[in-house]
Amino acid sequence: MIWASVIIQGVLLGAVYALFACGLSLMFGVMRIINLAHGDIAVVGAYLVWIVATRAHVSPFLALVAVLPVMLIAGYVLHVALIGKSLRGGQLVPLLTTFGLAIVIQNSLQQIFSPDVRSLGAAAGWITTSSWRLSEALAISWFGVLVLVVAVVVLGGLDLFLRKTGLGREMRATAQDPDAAELVGVDARAVYARATAIAVATAALAGAFLAMRSTFEPASGPTQLIFAFEAVVIGGFGSLWGTLLGGIVLGVAQTIGGHIDPQYSILAGHLVFLVVLASPRGRTLAARSARR
Amino acid sequence: MTTTIETARGRYAVHRWSRLSQVAMASVALIVIALALVPYLLSTYATEQLTELFILAILAAMWNALAGYGGLISIGQQAFIGVGAYATIFLTQRGVPPYLAIALAAVVAGILALPVSLLVLRLRGGQFAIGTWVVAEVLGLLIALDHDLGGGTGISLTGLNIYPPADRQAYTYWFTLGVGVVLLGLVFVLLRSPNGAALQAIRDDEEAAASLGVRVEAKKLMLFVLASFGCGAAGALTLANTLFIQPQSIFGVSWTAYMIFMVLVGGLGTFEGPLIGAVAFFAIQHWFADLGAWYLIGLGATAIGFALALPRGLWGWVEHRLHLRLFPVGYRLEHDASAVCQATPAADPAPPA
Repeated sequence: MIWASVIIQGVLLGAVYALFACGLSLMFGVMRIINLAHGDIAVVGAYLVWIVATRAHVSPFLALVAVLPVMLIAGYVLHVALIGKSLRGGQLVPLLTTFGLAIVIQNSLQQIFSPDVRSLGAAAGWITTSSWRLSEALAISWFGVLVLVVAVVVLGGLDLFLRKTGLGREMRATAQDPDAAELVGVDARAVYARATAIAVATAALAGAFLAMRSTFEPASGPTQLIFAFEAVVIGGFGSLWGTLLGGIVLGVAQTIGGHIDPQYSILAGHLVFLVVLASPRGRTLAARSARR
Repeated sequence: MTTTIETARGRYAVHRWSRLSQVAMASVALIVIALALVPYLLSTYATEQLTELFILAILAAMWNALAGYGGLISIGQQAFIGVGAYATIFLTQRGVPPYLAIALAAVVAGILALPVSLLVLRLRGGQFAIGTWVVAEVLGLLIALDHDLGGGTGISLTGLNIYPPADRQAYTYWFTLGVGVVLLGLVFVLLRSPNGAALQAIRDDEEAAASLGVRVEAKKLMLFVLASFGCGAAGALTLANTLFIQPQSIFGVSWTAYMIFMVLVGGLGTFEGPLIGAVAFFAIQHWFADLGAWYLIGLGATAIGFALALPRGLWGWVEHRLHLRLFPVGYRLEHDASAVCQATPAADPAPPA
């Protein structure tokens, strides 16, 4: 029974990672770049929610409603100001500029908010502390289920958006071949900027949930970036549902490792990632993602 | 060595060495001799600082070899820096003399690069970048679990206590200088060999290089092992210079931030650039490190600025504007229109002069 509880905790944790990962996966799928500031952008989202919630004395959920449109616009601006310019220099320049951006964001947050560890858990109210107690050893946190539902809705929504809408079709066309897409009238740069905007908004959502679930600080970003990347790789590149599965596998690995000894939690997740990479599937993964 | 070809349009000459670069190479020997005298002339503190500068230069040169010539942007070279440092601790705990342990630790880092490469060289671009980062995190976490290596709190290198402090600093300084000269020499020779051209072809277009017969996997592996060996040496020397290490800092991603800064400012994909970048970073660190977060914000913003506006850094700009080349790893084409060949319009290339 205790293991059932550990695995359920892992699935719920994995939902947070899947939320972190979907923006990373979208940007990689559309532009073939990895935004190394993705985790730090998520932390910026958490701080914005924290500011709105404490200044306006509202629930973090309400604050999130105000922050998400701001982050959408911020993502668009980020693309126009930095990522789009970097893309012109080739595939490697965005890595360098987003790594620089990550350092700027982390240290700016530290300068503004001090390195203190914070949490939105208390501000979010009863939902973060309540749970369904199914038996002595098995309890399911309401908040965990909420995050899982949001993750499924966001990933499913993105999937539908990409498959069913005109904008989604433009995005898929641009991902396959930006030059050919431009020939038929798609503005590839606008498509890229939209993808970045969506990625930044989903990152902020994930950051806010992380802040309500546990704690955050200016230096929280890189760890979340690594977990998100691991979720994307474990789930296989290119599929949003795979990303959800990858996040869940990573979450379960971490809770199982952490149940054996808290020191093994993160290590267990890394090891699952390395095993997937070492497996024959890792080889096909790399080959598939190399194809443009 | 110059190859010339005479055509109806004039004489074309392809050469590597210029008068300036010959002078530069000769002055390298003089500079190294002058640097070797530093422990006799300057204070122990200055010697320690210069040792740090050499370590930074080694790191910058290694990162540049990976990224600037191989197109492999690694966020995880601190894996090998940390392994170099901890392998030194491990070996000295078992009675190996400290300076021998440093040399062996670099070899250990180079050997470790072989299994690591099997995993990370499957990945490309940004995936390779984060893949190497995960490896560094895993190694840092594993070492923090080992109590014999000090666990998470860190450990001191005690083997060097047999020397008086001033002597110890001088030995470490000479050792670092020697390792730096050897590593830079290795990179120089590697880049001038056909391998250098092959690597740059891989950087520019992996598929095209492979289709021309470049053995992509083998060349990347060679470069990755060399860079890991160099970073391992830098890590072991950092330990010898500071005498104390902690897993969190020696396996920290800030090493990569420093390497990226030095290479971008100095000149990505130029041989001279990382050396200039190391000197610039050393000076900036000296003057501004007290500013804390602002200093790091400045570093990050400067790196972004260089990546966007001056992608080949300060040295790339100098090279382009002034046609300077101190340590030639490529070739130059010169055209002399006045030397028109009258007899045969299209002549065979003359034998190397």
